[in-house]
Order: sequence, then C-alpha cells, then structure tokens
Amino acid sequence: MNDTIWTIELKIFRQRADAQRYFQTFQIEINPDEYVLDAIEKVWAFHDRSLTFRHACHHSTCGACGMLVNGIEKLTCITSIRSVTQNNGKLLIEPLRNFPVLSDLVVDTSSMFKALEEIGFNQVASLPSACLPYERKTLEHERSEYQRLVDCIECGMCISACPVSLTDSNYLGPAVLAAAHDASSQPLSNKILEIVDSRDGLWRCHNAFECSAVCPSNVEPGLRIMKMRQTVIAHRIKKLFSRG
Amino acid sequence: MNINKPSPSHLWRWFDPRDKSIGTIAFIINRLSAIGLTIYLFLHLAVLSKLVAGSQAYDDFLILAKSPAIKIGEMFVIAGGIIHGLNGIRITINSLGFLLKIQNGLLVGLMIIALAAIVYFAIRMFSGA
Repeated sequence: MNDTIWTIELKIFRQRADAQRYFQTFQIEINPDEYVLDAIEKVWAFHDRSLTFRHACHHSTCGACGMLVNGIEKLTCITSIRSVTQNNGKLLIEPLRNFPVLSDLVVDTSSMFKALEEIGFNQVASLPSACLPYERKTLEHERSEYQRLVDCIECGMCISACPVSLTDSNYLGPAVLAAAHDASSQPLSNKILEIVDSRDGLWRCHNAFECSAVCPSNVEPGLRIMKMRQTVIAHRIKKLFSRG
Repeated sequence: MNINKPSPSHLWRWFDPRDKSIGTIAFIINRLSAIGLTIYLFLHLAVLSKLVAGSQAYDDFLILAKSPAIKIGEMFVIAGGIIHGLNGIRITINSLGFLLKIQNGLLVGLMIIALAAIVYFAIRMFSGA
C-alpha cells in the first residue's frame, strides 16, 4: 500500500424501518488501496455513529458486507476504492436489492437462510460435490471421501442481482437453487425434487446469468441452475420409461 | 414504505440495462422482441380481418403495405423474429445444461448471425429482389 491519499464523496442510502428513505453525503480522505468497507467504517467512526451496516470478517468469508456500489453488487471488504472511483470521485452506496431494508445498509436476509435450511444446505460437502461440474475433471486422483467448505458464503448478492427475484417474492432465488444443486450431486432426493421442480423453483429462472456475474465466490449459480434442470429433465424421462 | 422487497411493480426495472452483464442485455432484448412480435401478431390479425370487408378494402391495404414506412416496420418484425428465435435457441441449449461455460460467446455468435441475416433480408426487401 502506498502513501497516496484520495478525497472521495460517499453518497449513502439511509432509511430507518419504514420511514422515508434519503441519501446522505460524506466527504472522506482515504488511501485508494483501502476497501469500500473501510470507507464506510470511516464514515461511521468520524462522521455519523448512527449509520448501520453489516460486516464481520473483512476477508470475503462471512458474506455480511454485500452492498450496491455504484449500482453493482459488491462484497465491500474486497472491493478496493481504486477499482470503483477516482481521486475527487463519488461512490454511491446502497443496500442489496430484493431484501427488505431493516436499517440503512442492513437488509433482512432471513428468507434466504430459511430456504437454504429447508433445502438442506450444508457448508461442508464432499470434494466432488463442493466443486463445479467442470472443476471435477481435475479431481480424478482425489479421494471422494475428502470434504471441504462449499464456495457459497451466503452473501445474497445473487438474489439482489436476479431480475426474477426483483418481481417475484416466491421465487426461491439463485442461492437456494445453487445450494439444491450442491445437495443433489448425490442421488436426487424426493424432498429436493419437490422443492426445485416447482413453479417457484428451477423453471422460474430466465437465464440472465446476472447471479453468476456478481458472485464473489465463483459459485456460478446460473450454471448450477441449468445443470439442475438437466438432472430434473433426465429424472422425468427415466420416470416416464419406468412406468410400464 | 420499504421499496426494497420483491414486487411485480418493479417490472419496469427489467428493462434498465445500466450496470448489467451481457446475460441481462440478452434478457432485455428477448423481452422487447417478444413484446414487439406480440403486437405484430395482433396487427396481422387486424389486417387479415379486412378480408371480411371485401376485396377492395384488402387491395387498398396492400397499396399502403408497399409504402416505405410499412416496409421499415416489417423489417423490425423480421429482425425481432430472428433475434428472438436465435436467443431462444441459446436459452434452450443452456437450459438443457449444455455450453454453459461459453454462454456469453454463444450469445455473441448468434447475434452476429442475426445481424448478418437482418442485413441480408434488408438488402432483399429494399432492393426489390
């Protein structure tokens, strides 16, 4: 990190519960190699202690600090100031879309966590199951009993970016469907099938792939949804021919 | 009011291309072309209904149909049909779980084919061939 200091203007979304929303502007000095979350913390520390935002690990593991930075979903702890603005530039900071705002930049993601629980999302999975289909080719010599943490950090940014989640509150959303794919890498259970092969499940996705574009963890929810469709179609065809 | 919740009233934001990836641009194009083709279908049915009014009414319409403005409109219908159809092929391929790693490239490739086809039809239509 060098000694350069930039002056930037942060325009931050403010809202308490269902009160009127507004934007508040703060001017701060910051090293451009610091991160957007550092800038928000500076605002909280030196300008306004009433600003609420979520953060924890500061190294892209907890998924708490997902926000809109200049209109795009970003994990603010790994988004450098240099990558999103310039000296004397501006930053627009808003809460994630498609989740109710609790306070300022904090959104209520409980619906996502409930759905993840229902689908049987596990943060640890067998090595082949935790990897993307195209990554599995490199696992030939790995032992399948090995386990690792799955890539999804449950930040909710995929749901925020999804155009279908924007208009349909019943849609399970990319994070949940990707988790279902993860959980279904082993034989497809009837419970998962019932949840995903439904009106608000796999078939509601409209292939915008915005979820994959914003995912900070390379989960590729869009790809997983399509792979899950393939699995469900194969399952339906098998069922059709096994009736007789 | 908490405006951040999912709601059908946010539908207009489907058509906002700002800060979006190529996949969403395709999503927007597909919706716009579908709306255009649906409007055309109703216009087409309205025109066909002129047959009921007799041959003279239909002949009058055919004279109007040869005007440049209508021809440009027809060109939009052809463009919409080609773009929507090729984009639909991409969606079908991807939905069956194939070519997912190259879905952006697939879209660009198909849109180049669409552009070439539109240019071909435009030349044919406006040169009178």
